[in-house]
Amino acid sequence: MDWPAILLSLKLSSLVCGFLLLIGTPIAYWVTFSRWRWKFLVESVVALPIVLPPTVLGFYILLAIGSQSPIGRAWAAWSGHGLAFTFEGLVIASTLYSLPFMVQPMAAAFSQVNHQLIEASSVLGASKLRTFIRIILPLAMNGVITGAILTFAHTMGEFGVVLMVGGNIPGVTRTVSIAIYDQVQSLDYAAANRTALLLLLFSFAVLCVVYGLNRKSWAVWPLRR
Amino acid sequence: MKLSVDLQKRLSPNFALDVKFAIPLGVTMLFGASGSGKTTLLRCVAGLIRPDSGQIKIGDQILFDSNARVDVPVRERKLGFLFQNLALFPHLSVVKNIEYGLDGLDRTHAQQRTEDILKLFRISGVRNHKPSEISGGERQRVALARALVTDPHVLMLDEPLSALDYPTQSQIIQDLRAWNAARNVPILYVTHSQREVFALGERVIGLENGKILGQGTPQDVLETPTQESLAQLAGFENFFDATVVSISKDSGTMLCKLDGAKTEVEVPLSRVDVGSKIRVAIRAGDIIVAGEFPRALSARNIVPARMISLRREGAMVIAGIDAGRRFEVHLTPGACESLSLKPGQQVWLVTKTHSWRLVAGTMGSARSR
Repeated sequence: MDWPAILLSLKLSSLVCGFLLLIGTPIAYWVTFSRWRWKFLVESVVALPIVLPPTVLGFYILLAIGSQSPIGRAWAAWSGHGLAFTFEGLVIASTLYSLPFMVQPMAAAFSQVNHQLIEASSVLGASKLRTFIRIILPLAMNGVITGAILTFAHTMGEFGVVLMVGGNIPGVTRTVSIAIYDQVQSLDYAAANRTALLLLLFSFAVLCVVYGLNRKSWAVWPLRR
Repeated sequence: MKLSVDLQKRLSPNFALDVKFAIPLGVTMLFGASGSGKTTLLRCVAGLIRPDSGQIKIGDQILFDSNARVDVPVRERKLGFLFQNLALFPHLSVVKNIEYGLDGLDRTHAQQRTEDILKLFRISGVRNHKPSEISGGERQRVALARALVTDPHVLMLDEPLSALDYPTQSQIIQDLRAWNAARNVPILYVTHSQREVFALGERVIGLENGKILGQGTPQDVLETPTQESLAQLAGFENFFDATVVSISKDSGTMLCKLDGAKTEVEVPLSRVDVGSKIRVAIRAGDIIVAGEFPRALSARNIVPARMISLRREGAMVIAGIDAGRRFEVHLTPGACESLSLKPGQQVWLVTKTHSWRLVAGTMGSARSR
């Protein structure tokens, strides 16, 4: 079993999941409640990683963080090394790649919250932030958890973007899916099978949790009709 | 502190709210059929909908002024609002729901207020229950307590009791009266029920199609309605077009002939000329049916008629009677039996002059819709 690759994947997924909880929540809130007429443009951009081939996304991210780009140069000036083919670059790429998997379940759950409860909260003197924390977030918790789980699992399994942006450096950018690819390339089918089976069971367990949670959500709204 | 409202809001090409009124302390009923704009009006005052133009003030404090570009955010308006479906927070306990609006207060003060209102509304026993775990009447009281505990400057209630049975309703009305006796703030209470208007309101504003039709005491507005739509809501069943035949200034009455019939009735005097077209209304319960011609009676209108139909509805018999025009008359089953009334029978309809009301028809406003 290729434990360094598995641990690297777990570390990457946790970081991406954490970042996306921070970035995705305000985006999901804005997407749900904004009445801006060009909102659909932002929604489309957020959803792009779902339809785009990972190689396309990876290619543009590589260009954007490469040593020629402003972002790449700024990072290099600050940290002393480039972003491409590093773990940090991988985190940025994965965060973008998994954005819709965090934002869409959250936005769906936010919009399910009875609007009258939000109005009642503001009539009672609560600010938008307080309304979000005390009313919207608890009532949409299923969506947040679903988003976090899907993000985590999606990052665990990504391949194309990692290969484009991170390459294949053991202990730095060599994640589980790349390790399986390597094992197959070197005709070590037994090792590939062990790793692949682990990933398969993990993904199945994750989806069980997601669907189990969402079925429960039917029983969570006692006041809704 | 008085609530003054003057606002215009167009909601669709054929519906616009256009109202101007001021309400003093105490309960003012906002009365009208569904679709008349009651809820929209309430939501404008609360700041949940922005009016197109106008001004809303509590005392001297301006909440909204389209000319001065003032629009105080909902959360700073210090209003109590009871939503029709209550909008209790389903994930919070009763006590947490009530404390929700007391965020700015220090802990001990907030707890004291919460305890007081839990006691006043008799919901201390369910304090740790979720809204889904308590009865409908309790939910209503929790929602009311949550709105009142913040000491609002104005209280607005959107059909708060429509879903409850009568004993629970009157209990809550008493609770509300008890609270308001101590606070005395303007209360705007939306309803389409006459009974609630009479049970609660010191004043009533009648609303129809976004416009105010009448305002005053419930007696003024509902007992002597001047608009047909209000009269219908107030329980008048019989409406007739009529022509003024003669006027008797001394007795304060006038005689008019129902259009399409020979029937003449005496009605209260109004500022109209002989020959003018008017519309008159009478309640089905204010008409007496006599089996034979009554003598020595104070009632001035005794009209020969023929019984057409009798239909039992609960504790009441609804009779259709032809007196040149068709009248609806409400009788008790006992009266029906002792007169042995049946269809085809000759009867006399007896009405007092002052049971009749002159109303303005809604034909004009119906056409302009």
